[in-house]
Amino acid sequence: MTAKRVVRYGSLGYLAVILVAPVGLIFWRAFEHGWHPFWAAISNPDAVHALKLTLEITLVAVPLNTIFGILCGLAIVRHRIPGMGFVNAVVDLPMALSPVVVGLALYLLYARDGWFGGWLFRHHHQILFAYPGMLLATMFVSLPFVVREVVPVLREIGTEQEEAAATLGSSALTTFRRITLPAIRWAVAYGVVLTTARALGEFGAVAVVSGNIAGRTQTLPLYVQASYENSGSQTGAYAGAVLLAALAILTLVAMTMVRPRQEAHGDRST
Amino acid sequence: MAIEARNVTKRFGEFVALDGVSIKVESGSLTALLGPSGSGKSTLLRVIAGLEVADGGDVYISGKEATALAPQKRGVGFVFQHYAPFKHMTVWDNVAFGLQIRRRPKSEIRERVDELLELVQLAGLGKRYPAQLSGGQRQRMALARALAPEPEVLLLDEPFGALDARVRVELRSWLLRLHDEMHVTTIFVTHDQEEALELADSIVVMNKGRVEQTAPPRQLYDEPANEFVMSFVGPVNKLDDAWVRPHDIELSHEPNGSTSTREAQIERIVRLGFETRIELVRDDGERLYAQVARDEADELELAKGDIVYVRTRRARTFSA
Repeated sequence: MTAKRVVRYGSLGYLAVILVAPVGLIFWRAFEHGWHPFWAAISNPDAVHALKLTLEITLVAVPLNTIFGILCGLAIVRHRIPGMGFVNAVVDLPMALSPVVVGLALYLLYARDGWFGGWLFRHHHQILFAYPGMLLATMFVSLPFVVREVVPVLREIGTEQEEAAATLGSSALTTFRRITLPAIRWAVAYGVVLTTARALGEFGAVAVVSGNIAGRTQTLPLYVQASYENSGSQTGAYAGAVLLAALAILTLVAMTMVRPRQEAHGDRST
Repeated sequence: MAIEARNVTKRFGEFVALDGVSIKVESGSLTALLGPSGSGKSTLLRVIAGLEVADGGDVYISGKEATALAPQKRGVGFVFQHYAPFKHMTVWDNVAFGLQIRRRPKSEIRERVDELLELVQLAGLGKRYPAQLSGGQRQRMALARALAPEPEVLLLDEPFGALDARVRVELRSWLLRLHDEMHVTTIFVTHDQEEALELADSIVVMNKGRVEQTAPPRQLYDEPANEFVMSFVGPVNKLDDAWVRPHDIELSHEPNGSTSTREAQIERIVRLGFETRIELVRDDGERLYAQVARDEADELELAKGDIVYVRTRRARTFSA
């Protein structure tokens, strides 16, 4: 009885202190003086631009990493390509590496005297302090999530269903579309949610390569930090933070909305 | 000849799964690939289906060379040991899959799927998902799915292996009736000699990646080609250098004057329905068992510990 209670209140208390209190405080601070200051803060042109930029980066980075993640997962599990073990290990690198290091590495690569930077500069392609560099940084840090979700599920479902489809006359592409993809769809969905969350919130790597110019290369997390430190209007920081939190919650809700249908089919019970 | 494999070889690393295997399967027949696990029987089936690529040898399906053909183009239906149901599709969609990817007209698909579900006794369960079916139902669904595109050849990998004993016996006689109706050339893999003897027109006995003997069931049982076939197909006793079936052992209380009788003591008597199994120990310590009809056993009035005289019929010896 008491053990149960310890587990229940212990875990709830932990959640409250670590998770709910800080996030709740942000919301409370943002709306402390009512709806108007909040609205003024987020309709500020720099804030609007930051939100737009963050969405633009996320909407490109997430689909690309999703496609790559599925292909990479298939390559790791289904094909015995030499060097796939190495790829499997390297995919996790962004999880282990500090985002600042990622940013620095990209900086060194694309700076005017970097490996790629010189050539790109001569051909008038701006990577650093511009959208491409921020996109690359975001893609780098959010790379592993889809792969990591898809690989164990692919292992679990095995190859039999795909073989059965082949003997029934299904081409490789049709088999992928009608058998493999539906079987891994929840793993992909979950991977997309994690990728999106990571892409929305990325700070460190983007901070290094973006130059952090308000109204031009400032994403929403950078905007929050900048307005907290520089301007007197801390409401701006809170408002930006609330916006970020709202986007994250929206992503999670989107997931729970597509998820319940599967249980009715009972098709996760492999 | 519906299916022919010529000198097929397949290795998995160091392990030789198929070592120069040749088989011929007649059109419309029901053929069993029988052997212990690791004998290469499933690998041979997968090579025929195109799911494994042989390292050497050729495969012909309906007279056409199929060695390098993709499984999609072989016109074979394959039923997997664990049925490989498409879990996210209903029973109806599972069966319709092979027709849908061929872009057959909707009305034709509907007609054919309904007909097949009727045939495999799953009519009315079309809207269920595979997870909601019993093992036997799932197996019949897999069979209907494989039959839907009207394959020239049906391949079944351990079709009854994952079912409990009662369902297995039911499905066996059902499959036999189905085969009589459809006349699709069928090959099934099994490690159960009883299943092979009951169902097949022709049995290919495999061991260690080689074919030991190919023969109709009766011939296989009565005229086994070697010790392996003798011991793997049907029950057997080994006495000195000879092999003898337990039902070819006669017991009597009197020596009968014949020189071929030997003394043995009854160690145990097991009554299995209409048959009785009598386990014996010979004077030289060799163990054997006899199988006699119940009435016969009752007439002999055998009891544990009795000394009886053993006479063998149709004992076989094989030169190594």
